[in-house]
Amino acid sequence: MTDILIAAIFTDNLALSFFLGICTFLAVSQRLSTALGLGLSVIVVQAITVPVNALIHRHLLAPGALGWAGLPQVDLGFLRILVFIGVIAAMVQLLELLLDRFVPSLHRALGVFLPLITVNCAILGGSLFMVERRYDLAEAVAWGIGSGAGWALAIVLFAAIRERLRYSDTPRGLQGLGSAFIVTGLMSLGFAGFGGLAR
Amino acid sequence: MMLLPRALTDPLIRANPVTLQILGICSALAVTTSLVTALTMCGALIFVLCAASGLISAIRRHIPRSIRLILQITIIATLVIVIDEVLRAIAFEISQRLSIFVGLIVTNCIVLGRAESFAMHHPVWPSVLDGLGNALGYSLVLVIVATIRELLGAGTLFGISILPTVAEGGWFVPLGLMQLAPSAFFIIGLLIWAIRAARPEQVEDPSHQLVALKAGTGS
Repeated sequence: MTDILIAAIFTDNLALSFFLGICTFLAVSQRLSTALGLGLSVIVVQAITVPVNALIHRHLLAPGALGWAGLPQVDLGFLRILVFIGVIAAMVQLLELLLDRFVPSLHRALGVFLPLITVNCAILGGSLFMVERRYDLAEAVAWGIGSGAGWALAIVLFAAIRERLRYSDTPRGLQGLGSAFIVTGLMSLGFAGFGGLAR
Repeated sequence: MMLLPRALTDPLIRANPVTLQILGICSALAVTTSLVTALTMCGALIFVLCAASGLISAIRRHIPRSIRLILQITIIATLVIVIDEVLRAIAFEISQRLSIFVGLIVTNCIVLGRAESFAMHHPVWPSVLDGLGNALGYSLVLVIVATIRELLGAGTLFGISILPTVAEGGWFVPLGLMQLAPSAFFIIGLLIWAIRAARPEQVEDPSHQLVALKAGTGS
């Protein structure tokens, strides 16, 4: 459990070692405050969708999961991509409604990021990894929270570096995207140093 | 008539979806440790992007605006499931190495981006060509990165030894870094630098100035 949590944050970092959600990672890291908002939204959404998808996969999609309905030989595993995307979109929508109703201040802060998250590959990737690694429910909760936190940590650090980077005198061709990639590479190299922390 | 070839050739370098628009790099980098996986991924993406663009363009007049995104994602996800199952049937070992990244074509920004910005407003044939062009632009970057990583990381191409490594009695010491995640970021960064050195009009001035301006007013 703690192993999975620590590994998800540091060694198996979704952004820096699996390249997931890099489009958003590069696009929404111009300012530290927006990066923080997006990071928090990713943690919340990831912590909800991974366990929900784990339950759905276990009881509806996995081979033999429909035994309770008298269809033990049915394997709906191929549907998981479609189902997970649906669940993520629905969860994001639901979260948006709930936040708007009960915590309007948080909704104002995170509102713009939530729709963006629906098509973030880190979220779908988190759920697909959960299936591939055969996590049970408790492990899925740890993986969901950890992978979300790892992604958030990466984007917040990256945004902080980028805020400094704008004062630097980079070669013209490297301005913007080019230097962003090099910096991400260096961060990824740094995170590789956590390897062996958990297995 | 000039429109058709340009829809195909523009996305290769001048408007490459990966290096210029930072679309679809998520999956582009993870599969580039070897050429075989990269080419398989390219094939999958070419199929999905062409078919999705064509299908969406064919039914574009019947899609209600309010639910168009859900419809597009459903079509794309269905195509991805098809290619995923096909790969698993005919090339099981490679599909295992591609892990979850074929499934992640669903959230690849190129596919949804082309559907939304091009296929929704153009006839079928140009949409398919546009899809093919963008898929080829993506493939080009993928193949370049994969060639560098496999050649320098393992001394092989397509698994065939090109630079004989020390372990096999040759002279080449493989760069272990090339097989790790950071190298992909470095290579893409340098590739963008090279493209922008050759085509200075792509250099980002506006965003840089905008950020500097904001910082100036904020302090």
